[in-house]
Amino acid sequence: MKKGINMKWNRKDLLGLEDLTKNEIKLILDTTESFKEISTREIKKVPALRGQTIANLFFEPSTRTRISFELAEKRLSADVVNFSASTSSLSKGETLIDTARNIEAMKIDCVVIRHSSSGASYMLSKKLNAAVINAGDGTHEHPTQALLDMFTIREKKGRLEGLKVAIVGDIRHSRVARSNIWGMRKMGIEVRICGPKTLLPVDIEKMGAKVFYHIEHAVKHVDVIMTLRIQKERQGQSYFPSIREYSKLYGLTSERIKYAKGDVLIMHPGPINRGVEIMPEVADGPYSVILEQVTNGLAVRMAVLYLVMGSKTKEASV
Amino acid sequence: MKLLIKNGCVVDPSQHINEKMDVLIENGKICKLGKNIRENDCEIFNAKNMIVSPGFIDMHAHLREPGREDAETIATGTRSAAKGGFTSICCMPNTEPAIDNQSVVKFILEKAKKEGKVNVFAIGAITKKRHGAELAEIGDMKDAGIVAVSDDGNWVENSALMRGALEYSEIFNIPVISHCEDMTLSGKGVMNESYISTVLGLEGIPREAEEIAVFRDISLAKMLNTRIHIAHLSSVGTVELIKEAKTRNIKVSCEVTPNHFTLTEQAINGYDTNTKVNPPLRSEDDIQAIKNGLADGTIDVIATDHAPHTITEKEYEYDNAPFGIIGFETAIGLAITELVHSKVLSLSQLVEKISYNPAKILGFETKGTLKIGSDADITIIDENKKWIVDVNRFLSKSKNCPYHNRKLKGKVIATIVSGKIVFHDSIRESK
Repeated sequence: MKKGINMKWNRKDLLGLEDLTKNEIKLILDTTESFKEISTREIKKVPALRGQTIANLFFEPSTRTRISFELAEKRLSADVVNFSASTSSLSKGETLIDTARNIEAMKIDCVVIRHSSSGASYMLSKKLNAAVINAGDGTHEHPTQALLDMFTIREKKGRLEGLKVAIVGDIRHSRVARSNIWGMRKMGIEVRICGPKTLLPVDIEKMGAKVFYHIEHAVKHVDVIMTLRIQKERQGQSYFPSIREYSKLYGLTSERIKYAKGDVLIMHPGPINRGVEIMPEVADGPYSVILEQVTNGLAVRMAVLYLVMGSKTKEASV
Repeated sequence: MKLLIKNGCVVDPSQHINEKMDVLIENGKICKLGKNIRENDCEIFNAKNMIVSPGFIDMHAHLREPGREDAETIATGTRSAAKGGFTSICCMPNTEPAIDNQSVVKFILEKAKKEGKVNVFAIGAITKKRHGAELAEIGDMKDAGIVAVSDDGNWVENSALMRGALEYSEIFNIPVISHCEDMTLSGKGVMNESYISTVLGLEGIPREAEEIAVFRDISLAKMLNTRIHIAHLSSVGTVELIKEAKTRNIKVSCEVTPNHFTLTEQAINGYDTNTKVNPPLRSEDDIQAIKNGLADGTIDVIATDHAPHTITEKEYEYDNAPFGIIGFETAIGLAITELVHSKVLSLSQLVEKISYNPAKILGFETKGTLKIGSDADITIIDENKKWIVDVNRFLSKSKNCPYHNRKLKGKVIATIVSGKIVFHDSIRESK
């Protein structure tokens, strides 16, 4: 592993990709490359964050993101405490700000927060001196997911600039889509979004994405297809009549993949509904990099934690 | 018992007065109005370089009593109103319990008489418990003293019921005030639906949620030839609908809050819950349309929609924090800064919208004017006094205000209710 990564990170927090520059994103992706190697070692632990304390505040159920962050923290030798929704103070009527004040009182160095309300990480960051990393807030942003998506694409394709990516599904309720649109546009990717109009937020094209209602058009000649989880609770409302019809119109089948480039990558942020937004043969097929996304997620989170927390200790070594 | 206000510039649109004059008050009434009044044996208020206006009337406020005394009470709310220059305020019925029967009306009016600094008028609910299912006992509440009816916070979605409310209220000659919001369309929205709501990941409330409701209410007023008053409008489309209705002589009046001619949805960047208000802050285009509507007379009234919420409630996430901004203590500063100094309205037009017009709509014959014999409710302002909003100095029990540290030009110097000075800036400042 390269010693003494040239530190160019100057932010207290990582709240979203909207705020980041192309160079900052590139720095995270480059740093991730170094960290990915660590998980292949016999001893998968480095002392980078020894003596620092991280609190993982998960106010919304999460399995892979929570485990991924915790593992990343432990492999960097940080001390880790976990709060989850069921044991949190929120159920006792405390506000998020109260929670923040308590964290501050315990001298924690970094907070990783997942919350069902958009802006929760911003509210926390304003009240805390500790670093705040957004692990997904409402339908706003999920920056580490988009970073791991871009890392995976770059690793496979050798570049980001000039690629075409189609994101298919419930864009309206997706923080993953928003973070990816911000990040990918900055890195020079053409982003196409596709779904029924009821599941696209207003004026989304102003974020720089091209809008498609038909999946066959959206995936034509693309380098990457990313499908998003469709929540079954949305059926029967004004969004779409049934899961059956949604799947028929937007489900990613092996037939539909044929419209894309021959070396297309199939991605999904998980958890997947097999047979709904993505067919099992596609999810498990030769183009799928879904599990590699998970592997890379760990490395991306190590890099983010290292940069955000390491920016305090200038001469951090790994 | 006598008070002589000397050397001020009297602005009274009801009499087309806008010149230096003295005002003599005796026994709580306007007794004399003229140049160089000489009177022995009376208290003198020197209003040199100040504006002397008929007292401001806020036809849309929330005092939270009974039910939410932790956010505001009649005592604290009326002190806050006095500081903001309001001599009369109308409290909306979304209390707990709602003002939907004469006993709650009496409770509020009696409490206000005992503890209130300014005149308090009650607005009764249109429907029982504001549930939109059946008419409340409007006649009984009118006997107890209500001056209008409204289900504020809710739109009466059932058109037949709203028709009934408009017809029935006509018997008592009180206005029906409609909170126009098609809630099936606004849904779980917390801000204006736009590119910004998409970026922030917050659910949007489209302008059409308001406009659809406004259109129906105007249609009913036209069909029945009754009055309708549209509360807190926020969109270009609403201004257009009302303007058009007025050209057809439909009896529609409307109000706007200072929030909706001052702030755009840009203020929500950063998720400050003090910007969460219903109807939501909109865009620059809407503000421009509202300013045009104020200038051309489409918009009759400026009302605060003073909506106190505790600090704790506003510390919840944007989705979960309640809607509402307190308004008494910043209203006139914002109105003078945003409208008068930026040449949207003359001072006289402003007084019309914040005093004379609400009095006319509510049928207050002895308020909103300085005619001889009227109630001596007077607001004295310094239109050029600069000040900085500091929520910590508010007299309201709540602090939910997005204008903290904002520089304003135009301040209330004194508030007089029934001839008695209930607020004086210099006294307050030297406390």
